[in-house]
Amino acid sequence: MIKENLLFAGKNFIRMILLLVAVSIVTFALVSVSPIDPLQANVGQAALGSMSEAQKEKLRSYWGVDEPPVQRYFNWAKDAVRGDFGSSLLYRQPVTKVIAAKLAGSMFLMGLAWIISGLLGFVLGVISGVLRGSAADKFIKGYCLVIASTPAFWLALLLLIIFSVWLKVLPIGLSVPVGVEAGGVTFLDRVRHAVLPAAALSITGISNIALHTREKMVDIMESDYVMFARTRGESTWSIVRRHGLRNVLLPAMTLQFASISEIIGGSVLVEQVFSYPGLGQAAVAAGTGSDVPLLMGITLVTAVVVFLGNFVANLLYGVVDPRIRRGGRRQ
Amino acid sequence: MSCTSKRHILEIDELSVSFLQYENNRSSRQIELPVISKLSVSVHEGEIVAVAGSSGSGKSLLAHAILDMLPYNAKVGGRMYFDGELLSPERIRKLRGNRIAFVPQSTTYLDPLMDVGTQVGGSKKNKEKRKKQRELFDRYGLGAETDKKYPFECSGGMTRRVLLTSALMGNPELIIADEPTPGMDLALAKKSMEDFRTFADEGNGVLLITHDIELALEVADRIAVFYAGTTIEEAPVSDFDSEETLRHPYTKALWRALPQNGFVPLPGVQPYVKDMPEGCPFGPRCSLYTEECRGDIKMRRVGCGTVRCVKCEGEALSVEEHYDTGR
Repeated sequence: MIKENLLFAGKNFIRMILLLVAVSIVTFALVSVSPIDPLQANVGQAALGSMSEAQKEKLRSYWGVDEPPVQRYFNWAKDAVRGDFGSSLLYRQPVTKVIAAKLAGSMFLMGLAWIISGLLGFVLGVISGVLRGSAADKFIKGYCLVIASTPAFWLALLLLIIFSVWLKVLPIGLSVPVGVEAGGVTFLDRVRHAVLPAAALSITGISNIALHTREKMVDIMESDYVMFARTRGESTWSIVRRHGLRNVLLPAMTLQFASISEIIGGSVLVEQVFSYPGLGQAAVAAGTGSDVPLLMGITLVTAVVVFLGNFVANLLYGVVDPRIRRGGRRQ
Repeated sequence: MSCTSKRHILEIDELSVSFLQYENNRSSRQIELPVISKLSVSVHEGEIVAVAGSSGSGKSLLAHAILDMLPYNAKVGGRMYFDGELLSPERIRKLRGNRIAFVPQSTTYLDPLMDVGTQVGGSKKNKEKRKKQRELFDRYGLGAETDKKYPFECSGGMTRRVLLTSALMGNPELIIADEPTPGMDLALAKKSMEDFRTFADEGNGVLLITHDIELALEVADRIAVFYAGTTIEEAPVSDFDSEETLRHPYTKALWRALPQNGFVPLPGVQPYVKDMPEGCPFGPRCSLYTEECRGDIKMRRVGCGTVRCVKCEGEALSVEEHYDTGR
């Protein structure tokens, strides 16, 4: 048993390493074909113009701009495996430190959105699936289809206009109030600043989860075992409680953990709209500013988060599904 | 009524089921596909009635129609009576699991994620029901360890037994069993049939849906023969002793096809719903086929059974006459 578990963990660890190598190569390749001139982006047009050729040459060789991409990648990878991800060109700080700070901000936002969209999406999907064809189902389905075709950033702008500009009940951006010392920021302040971005992320996240859960629930409610439960005189409520939720939990879990990647993707745009200093915003800044070390770091961290999400889902299957829990043990 | 004065438990009168579906995958026009037309069958107290017919004759749909389990695109016509009263969907919902029990056909009728003990006996808190479930499991050789098993851990035969016990959990007056025996060994199949017999003898009824005519002949009191969604004959099992006592040409052909009666196959196949002949569905395969078979054919009473064939002399059958109050 212990040996099997170790084997399982080991296999997944190797898989993760391979994934990270692949992701870093692809990211690096994409950055190196990017038309942005790192020199111009980081020094600035004006400063670059006033520099002499010799100075520029010195800077080029210092940053390794003229080295072939493969050589540059190996330079980066050599340090990365030792835990040194380099320094961010934009923030003038070690990449790990920048990511840690940005991740802390994003985690609060994304975690909130992840939980809200997961829970609400699940509940709406179940209601919609069980009451298929009813007014409630039509309303939920309509809502989901409209929202699913709405870009997250556009919705974010809409929320900003309504709640911050017109109603003036919520802050217009950033994660903490302006002009307040870091020590003076209360938890409530943080929540107030996270409400709108989290809402923008959740509202768009719900539709995907609700629509998928609904599909599964419809299948379950039409399944033979639900039909048989009906012939045994079980009420719809009892069927949902005893059979429906149990069976929809597995696909819902897959969805919930798969949605991590979507939340991260959405947060890039939403953080941009709200000037929320999180990982998403840093990723945009790193990309447009040709801050390769930071971009590599962020890409790898998000890849790890998404991978771990799926890994946790796999572990939970074993807990929830008796066919895996017991079937695996018997072999 | 001619041969039995026993109380009717179930009476199905000219049931029809059709499915609304799109004409083809490019069209938005919906057509009605009549899968069952004119199914009539009755179960009296103390009786096991076997419904026999080849696959596609509408046997399982009959069970689903009685239990209001048809999919949403199904349309049901005709009348069904339970204990002398018209069966409406509302009434079915009150009766099923209570006075009407169902033994399903396929092993997919168990929730894959719930152990079978809980599925049959309900929540562990309900001590009384769990006790009864334990007793029933014991009776069918399902040991205490079975309670905790999930459907994927049960063999086909075990699953059948679990499905059977779940029907016996309530206090039903009618059991509708859809092919309950495949996968059981002979001894178990016999045992479950004996249980049906005992159950029927206590004044209840069993509607046994099967394609196994041998089994039907062995345990049933009466046999209803279905062909292409229509009841063509309902006869006491003793009528199957010889070809002469049977009524419909198809039943006679079925009799001749039995191994002990010559093993003579009947050429041709049952017609598909979309190209159903006018009038008698058996017409194209029948040696007695004439022009008058193309009309609407009513069920007629001949001796102790009924038949749907213009060639058989008999009195017209009317279900309404003994249910004038329920309409």
